[in-house]
Amino acid sequence: MATVTSYGQRLGNRVAVGMIILALIVFLAPIAWIGATAFKPRNLATTVPPTIFFAPEVSPFVKLFTKRVQLKPNEKVDYESAPWWERIVLDGGERISRTGRGEVQLSGYPSRFLNSLIVAITSTFLAVAMGTITAYGFSRFKVKGEADWLFFILSTRMLPPVVVAIPMFLMYRAVGLNDTHLGLIILYTAFNVSFAVWLMKGFIDEIPREYEEAALVDGYTRMEAFFKIVLPEAATGIAATAVFCFITAWNEYAFALIMTNRRAQTAPPFIPSQVGSGLPDWTVIASGTALFLLPVAIFTFLLRNHLLRGMSFGAIRK
Amino acid sequence: MARIELETVSKTFSDHAALKDLCLDIADGEFFVLLGPTGAGKTTTLRLIAGLEEPTTGQIRINGDAVNDWGPAQRDVALVLQQYSLYPRLTVRDNLRFPLRSKIRNASPAEIAERVAYAAKTLRIEHLLDRKTDRLSGGEMQRVSIGRAIVRKPQVFLMDEPLSNLDAKLREAMRTELKDLQMRLGATFLFVTHDQVEAMTMGDRMGVLNHGKLEQIGTPHDIYRNPRNDFVAGFVGSPAINLLPGHIESGRAVVTPGSFELPLTTAPAKATGGVTFGIRPEDLQITSGAPLAAVVHDVENHGTEQVVTLRVGTTHLRASVPAHIGIKVEEQVRFGWSPDKVIFFDGETGVNIGRAV
Repeated sequence: MATVTSYGQRLGNRVAVGMIILALIVFLAPIAWIGATAFKPRNLATTVPPTIFFAPEVSPFVKLFTKRVQLKPNEKVDYESAPWWERIVLDGGERISRTGRGEVQLSGYPSRFLNSLIVAITSTFLAVAMGTITAYGFSRFKVKGEADWLFFILSTRMLPPVVVAIPMFLMYRAVGLNDTHLGLIILYTAFNVSFAVWLMKGFIDEIPREYEEAALVDGYTRMEAFFKIVLPEAATGIAATAVFCFITAWNEYAFALIMTNRRAQTAPPFIPSQVGSGLPDWTVIASGTALFLLPVAIFTFLLRNHLLRGMSFGAIRK
Repeated sequence: MARIELETVSKTFSDHAALKDLCLDIADGEFFVLLGPTGAGKTTTLRLIAGLEEPTTGQIRINGDAVNDWGPAQRDVALVLQQYSLYPRLTVRDNLRFPLRSKIRNASPAEIAERVAYAAKTLRIEHLLDRKTDRLSGGEMQRVSIGRAIVRKPQVFLMDEPLSNLDAKLREAMRTELKDLQMRLGATFLFVTHDQVEAMTMGDRMGVLNHGKLEQIGTPHDIYRNPRNDFVAGFVGSPAINLLPGHIESGRAVVTPGSFELPLTTAPAKATGGVTFGIRPEDLQITSGAPLAAVVHDVENHGTEQVVTLRVGTTHLRASVPAHIGIKVEEQVRFGWSPDKVIFFDGETGVNIGRAV
């Protein structure tokens, strides 16, 4: 290990650590804010200055997963006998006592969350699988006009996707892909596949072709060689590409908002829709967002070892 | 075990001709060495036989079967490469098993175990079987990759400079081992190298390749004694042959750059115009009574012998002399050659036009 010797080096190290701490504060502050707000009582959510110490509550999460249905007039209030979680949702019985009994049902959030998982996982899998095979083809075989094809693939990412939102919407409506999982999966796969091809090509180029040739001579077919030799070697690249694709698909907002409204709606457009009319309940939004952050965090955490190597894009000698 | 035939095989990569009308006939059980400088087309030849490339024109036969349309798997050849030859992430044992696990071989687990054990024993790598390949030394890696070829009992062993990445000592040991292995297996070996020492020591026969053309085929001895042209002469032999441009005047060799004369016994009839005289360093003598004077330019000690570079005017000549003779740099010496050992090359074409008797 290198020993720190000079005063200049020590100062440099301190400055570097200071910069990192500063960057961490900047990056983590919103997450901390979301995490804290998700457990705050509603009246503390928007205080100025922000409340830092408070008794955490689960009420935002209960509200997130439940909804109040239309209140029926002229019905007897039975607030006292309602279970605790219904009482939270029913705003301390205030409205019930005024207008009658409220009913509590499961909110739209769990199904939106599930939609997000289905769409993001499927499209990530498809984009990475197609990207890997395409990249392998470009990397190993002589493709006529290879540079032009690769440029064409890249060019699909030269416009912001929203530019094509209206034509896409009209086409989707014509073929009945509006508000379907399949529709979103196709869209997100199309966004990601170009990216996956380029990223994977870099990784596959790094794998010496001698390995596959040895396998071919050893009596394996090209496909077997691909699965047995190339794929394990490309695991790092696949992990990095998968994380990128997953984050893109998981966070996508504009198309999800335009293309879906109920059945296949993902979490991103659903969470702000909770703002609704009247005063927004920031605690519910924060709890929805906090849960929404988890899958990407978990996914990235699981693949962290591959990512550390993958982020250097093959620069580290294997 | 098999015979390999190449009939006027050419290979062109876009606009670059890597091989031109190559004809080769390697007998069953022969250790054939393909020697040539970098870019001569040696590896291309190997890849064509392995089926990793398709010839542009020409026919390749293994055991009489035309194999042009066969995939690498069908040809039943084993390939040992200079590097990247072992599968990473696998242990040595799994590397050795890998070729046997292919569907086309359909080997039973008992047979696999037996063949792996045999290969490991043959190459003395039994203690390495459970090691990951990235924890092997260069020599061990090369042994394992030869083992991966042995387990298959292939028709042909193709070796692409398998010893180039090893250090000198190990290379020397592996040369003997490989030759020994080939004799024991009785297999056909096609060994590609740019190192003429490997070619000379291991090959039953060798072919010298240059710019995609086969310059000469023959036994190492034959090629050394009687090179077909000045390229082969210059490439085979270490220290390299002296090639001296000049002409023949009244039965004596006149070397142009230093315009010095040396005696000849006979001269070939065709040696009329410009001639290049080829003389091996061991056929130059440094003795006090020799006909010509020179200055010692450099002395390289090789242990059993020393290679002395002599300077005559601007011409440099290499002579190998016994190590015990004391020679100092910039010393005045006298030298001569053995007139009966001179090889004559045409001054224009470089073709061998005969040798002194």
